[in-house]
Amino acid sequence: MSVAPDLEVRAFPRWLRVAVPVLLGLLFLGGWELLVRTLEIPKFVLPAPSMIVAALIEDRATLLGSLWVTLGLTLAAFVMALVLGFAFAVLFAHSRLMEMSLFPYAVILQVTPIVSIAPLVLIWVGLGHLEWALLILATIVAFFPILSNSTLGLKSVDHNLQELFQLYGASRWQRFRRLELPSALPYILGGAKISGGLALIGAVVAEFVAGSGTGTGLAWRIIESGNRLNIPRMFAALLLLSLLGILIFFSLAWLEKRLLGHWHESARPRDS
Amino acid sequence: MKSPVVLSQDSAPGTDEGSNAPLIRLRGVEKRYKGGVAALAGVDLDIAEGEFLSLLGPSGCGKTTLLRIIAGLAKPSAGRVEASAKAGGGGIGFVFQEPTLMPWASVFDNVYLPLQLAGSSRAAAAAAVESAIVRVGLAGFEGTYPRALSGGMKMRVSIARALVTAPRLLLMDEPFAALDEITRFKLNDDLLALAAEQRWTVVFVTHSIFESVYLSTRIAVMSARPGRITRLIAVESDGPRNVAFRTSPDYGALCRAASAALAEGGA
Repeated sequence: MSVAPDLEVRAFPRWLRVAVPVLLGLLFLGGWELLVRTLEIPKFVLPAPSMIVAALIEDRATLLGSLWVTLGLTLAAFVMALVLGFAFAVLFAHSRLMEMSLFPYAVILQVTPIVSIAPLVLIWVGLGHLEWALLILATIVAFFPILSNSTLGLKSVDHNLQELFQLYGASRWQRFRRLELPSALPYILGGAKISGGLALIGAVVAEFVAGSGTGTGLAWRIIESGNRLNIPRMFAALLLLSLLGILIFFSLAWLEKRLLGHWHESARPRDS
Repeated sequence: MKSPVVLSQDSAPGTDEGSNAPLIRLRGVEKRYKGGVAALAGVDLDIAEGEFLSLLGPSGCGKTTLLRIIAGLAKPSAGRVEASAKAGGGGIGFVFQEPTLMPWASVFDNVYLPLQLAGSSRAAAAAAVESAIVRVGLAGFEGTYPRALSGGMKMRVSIARALVTAPRLLLMDEPFAALDEITRFKLNDDLLALAAEQRWTVVFVTHSIFESVYLSTRIAVMSARPGRITRLIAVESDGPRNVAFRTSPDYGALCRAASAALAEGGA
């Protein structure tokens, strides 16, 4: 056995944990730039990173406008999924009959590819209000994880705590507010983290399927740029889409930490 | 088949409320589960005010079921449970086998829960909550969350929560079974001190002969399924319950008597 006290593996300092991936990214971009320039690859096949940045700056008005549209649609769909998913979960958790009758249809909605029902929704709703059709489609995509996670969470209440609340004569509302909701919160947030990403995917897919009718969101910018062989702008739109996804994920992760950090086991620091 | 016996949880008018009337009176209490499994068969028991009664029996003898029936958490299939009006007031305190704390709430909020559910504001309840926390020896831990507490400390929070409503009757379901012996001994002594100070009537479920003899003024020995009370043992000791009592000949004799009664019951 070693006499040295530093037996535990020291964690990398914080700046290094940021610096290493950034450095790797810069190396990758530099290699890409170099490759495109030396091999003289045409920009409609693969534009150099510098060209993508140039496109981003040049078309910033259009692109940021599109980013705004996609962000709005994503957030609206996410909030809708959250509200509807949680409302149905409460219904399911309190009524076995409701769950038995409705859950199979929720599953059917979930497993049916969104692309295949999109034309139908577009005809039914989209002719008059295209934005409604997009919202419905994106909501359907994001809905299920919230529903199934929240239902599970609301049912996972500690049995003894339930009896304790019964013993102290808790009202229906007190049980919901003080026991079921906090018990379900980690599950709901877990579902929300998945749904946040799915809402973005749903928004993009809906826009793809709706096609030229929208003409405003980031997905449409990608199609349009492709059609015009404006590949630098396509990459720029793609970059913004990725950044949006990352932003959504980290916002929800931050929220989870804020709400659960002080009590939940998942947020407990590991003993080394 | 449903029994024709009327189940009464509250004392009917005209019930004997004299000083000798028991706090809780059980008559012919039976519990049968849906599959036909009989958990309890014909339990008669009077719980007197101020006594520390242990329900001692092997696993699965229905002692927890009996405790839950006394608490009103389960309904007997047959028989009567009568509670004297004196059992009212602060209601019943119940301590589960697990600490059963809300992990999202601090020690203060966990102890505050019974008062919160009764509609008391945080400010109005603060003094009672604080005093309960102090009495179980957790002063300074008000803001701590359960995950940072040891098993023994969690059980102390659970006891503080049970005593915050100042109940006359405290029901405990093997509260210390999961704790190590050192912690258990310490909590046993603290519980005895609290029970004396609060003038509690305690019904304490345990499968430990030693624990039941050490804590109780009376032991109800139960037989294996279907559970019945086979013997009542009075634990008479003049001196305080301490290490001297734990090593006294009386203590040994009582343990042997309880052990023999358990063996008789088929344990």
